[in-house]
Amino acid sequence: MSQERIPVWITVVVIPITNVLLAAIAAGFIFWFLNINPLDALRAMVYGAFGSSYGWGYTLYYMTTYIFTGLAVAVAFKCGMFNIGGEGQAYIGALGVGLVCLWLGGKVPFLVLLPISIMAAAVFGALWALIPAWLQAYRGSHIVITTIMFNFIAASLMNYVLINHLKPEGRMSVESAQFHPDAWIPKVHDVLGAMGIQMGYSPLNLSIVFALLVAFAVWVFLWRTRWGYEIRAVGSNPSAAKYGGIHLPKVIILTMLVAGALAGFLALNVVQGEAHQIKLNLVNQMGFTGIAVALMGRNHPFGIVLAALLFGFLTQGGSELQFEYSVDARIVVVLQGLVILFSGALQYMMKHPIEKAYLRLHHRFGRKPGTDKTAEA
Amino acid sequence: MTAQTTDLALELRGIDKRFGAVHANKSIDLRVPKGTIHGIVGENGAGKSTLMSIIYGFYEADQGEILIDGKPIQIKDSKSAIAAGIGMVHQHFMLIQNFTAVENVILGAEDGAVINESIGRATKELKHLEKEYGLNVPLHQPVEELAVGYQQRIEILKALYRNAKILILDEPTGVLTPQESEHLFKVLKTLKDQGTTVILITHKLREIMAVTDNVSVMRRGEMVAHVKTSETSREDLAELMVGRKVLLRVEKGESNPQDVKLSVDHVSLTDDAGVQRLKDISFQVRAGEIVGIAGVSGNGQSELIEALAGIRNINEGEINLNGQKVTAKHNLSPEQVRHAGVGHIPEDRHRMGLINSFSAYEAFVLGYHRKPEYSGAFLVKRDHIIKDCQAKMERWDVRPPDPFLRTANFSGGNQQKLVIAREIEQGPDVLLIGQPTRGVDIGAIESIHKRILEMRDAGKAILLVSVELDEIRSLADRILVMFDGIIVGEVPADKADEKTLGLMMANIVPEEIKALQAEGHA
Repeated sequence: MSQERIPVWITVVVIPITNVLLAAIAAGFIFWFLNINPLDALRAMVYGAFGSSYGWGYTLYYMTTYIFTGLAVAVAFKCGMFNIGGEGQAYIGALGVGLVCLWLGGKVPFLVLLPISIMAAAVFGALWALIPAWLQAYRGSHIVITTIMFNFIAASLMNYVLINHLKPEGRMSVESAQFHPDAWIPKVHDVLGAMGIQMGYSPLNLSIVFALLVAFAVWVFLWRTRWGYEIRAVGSNPSAAKYGGIHLPKVIILTMLVAGALAGFLALNVVQGEAHQIKLNLVNQMGFTGIAVALMGRNHPFGIVLAALLFGFLTQGGSELQFEYSVDARIVVVLQGLVILFSGALQYMMKHPIEKAYLRLHHRFGRKPGTDKTAEA
Repeated sequence: MTAQTTDLALELRGIDKRFGAVHANKSIDLRVPKGTIHGIVGENGAGKSTLMSIIYGFYEADQGEILIDGKPIQIKDSKSAIAAGIGMVHQHFMLIQNFTAVENVILGAEDGAVINESIGRATKELKHLEKEYGLNVPLHQPVEELAVGYQQRIEILKALYRNAKILILDEPTGVLTPQESEHLFKVLKTLKDQGTTVILITHKLREIMAVTDNVSVMRRGEMVAHVKTSETSREDLAELMVGRKVLLRVEKGESNPQDVKLSVDHVSLTDDAGVQRLKDISFQVRAGEIVGIAGVSGNGQSELIEALAGIRNINEGEINLNGQKVTAKHNLSPEQVRHAGVGHIPEDRHRMGLINSFSAYEAFVLGYHRKPEYSGAFLVKRDHIIKDCQAKMERWDVRPPDPFLRTANFSGGNQQKLVIAREIEQGPDVLLIGQPTRGVDIGAIESIHKRILEMRDAGKAILLVSVELDEIRSLADRILVMFDGIIVGEVPADKADEKTLGLMMANIVPEEIKALQAEGHA
């Protein structure tokens, strides 16, 4: 074959970084247009997100959430499905976690409660994905449509449950009672403080450890188990999967159950780790941001962890920016949009030029064909 | 060739094209004299299609010149190609199915807002073209109701209607019966006599020998030879294409049929769209013989082999697969079929046999990935799969023998070897083989054919579906011909000449064969 190889580091390092830099440059123009010095804006963002333990805490807190919602999209994507329902699955997952914490908080030790709340997050999230999954698998209803609709249903259902059942008597705001402190997932600053390391207050809690473990587990699941093999087979080539004796509907349902469970885990971080109660609209679009995270992370758990960090930085840095320069809060969305535009929609724009440039440099400075090892062999 | 530049309809000088890292055309020169039929042959991926796409304006060359009638021209898109008098008949027809022939022909060349006038003018013009070249087509019937042979003629008419002086045909006989191909060649010769230049791209060397005046051979993006057809032979061309000597026909000994391993009894199948694909099919395959199924593609062969493999469910009849009974009520899944000792080499390895994004070792267990040998309680036995794959790749001479290489990066022949090796190495008693050498380099065809015969001699029952008559004739011991979901008849391999098979592929059974069959039933 006359095909010359492009090394992996070009594809997974150079091209994504170039795309993010381009997004940053485009963002610079927007700041310039708003009469803000782009470099000052960048400095404010970087300082806001990484300049203090407080900033770090927030950035990693957001990252934790994005890892869960990003994985929820990626697993479905590996099976060829676009799971837009992370938002609803996470919201219902929060119901599960909330019910467990309200019911068992203070009655059982934390270490007994935690596995139960993890199970509840997974089961509630998974069940919310089950109906769209079943409709896709056996009726051919498109998963994009059904999961979007299930987001709305989840929102209405939670309105009903919160107002009619969970809101304590006499309270004005639509939210459940506070959980018993024994049910809370410990904050990282408290844990570090106990070990003698000072860290400013932040919502960062031990869910981040769980998120990283889950990311690794998803990698093992997708690339090292029979189920992952079948999921990837269905996602890459359904006819070949069928030929290989794989029962497509079963795999579709399994995948969506896993995806829903992953989205449900968001509640551990946001509800059990930070809010300590079920609030209205607690997912707050972070399920949708998971789509961008998965896209940016190329649907690979390792990439998703990095992309989640980037989006955590954008979220935290962006809100600092908003304080500092009193720009509209939606600047965060604009910045995220630019990153998605350059690394998602325009991901091939830089691919060709970079590959061409690499090949030219490789030809000039690389080994001559005659001295190539394969030529000697 | 010593033709003067002015006698050339088309000349290419130093055409060079890269796609990112792929160097598809390397400084190609080509000289096509006016009023000749010029063949271009080469294996898959040799760069023929890219070259033609450059001439037709789908791609722009990175370097090089195109000259038409001795004058350099710029071809930026297919519009400027048409203006320069170039017409193209694609391998996959570009017709709108619910338009009539006339409507398809004027599409993009309508003059004026009122369509009726254009249709009237076009009808007159097309009638004239029909008479001149023998290209008769029902002009006012929707294309979807016409046979493929007609659809191809519409494509040719489309080009001629646009005053094409140079007509390029890409693998035109892939979907035709031998008789339809004959007719096509007659048309091409008439066109040539009237002064049209024809460029014929094909991998069928027999056709090149039958119809062209000159041949150019491409190999790995380069033009390796230009020869006069009268001064070459199929063997020479094959050698030029591959770069080494190849055997076009394998040696085959007598078959030694044993017990029936596969029997199909009055089987019918209707697909999801409600079209009946198989109508009352019955036949048997014994251990130690190869039964070939010939037919123009799309006459039920794919459905038959998929039904046997458990991918489709039958509606009526009974199949006996190596002792396992299959009926409409009791279907076997593909996994159960494999379990019954039946291997399946699917006719389309890209659609079915392989998963392009998978590494070779992963593709190597597709269909067998649940066997305890490959999968533990939770994790797959990755090390074992890789070692197993490595060993089998070496045994089957898959190149490169790298279990981690993505299947998409193997050549067609090596991909096919991966699939064949996977199925045969599991030791099945029955092998269902579809199009074993489609898109496979000539050099690899030889070794694949040898392996199939080895399997027969080792006592496997083999069912072979192929649209390549040469392949069926050189491998099969008995040949069944399919047409529109029925089995038209059976021919022993020694009676199966091209004419007989061709007629049967069009549902005409010669008297001689009828007599033979009557004898068999008596």
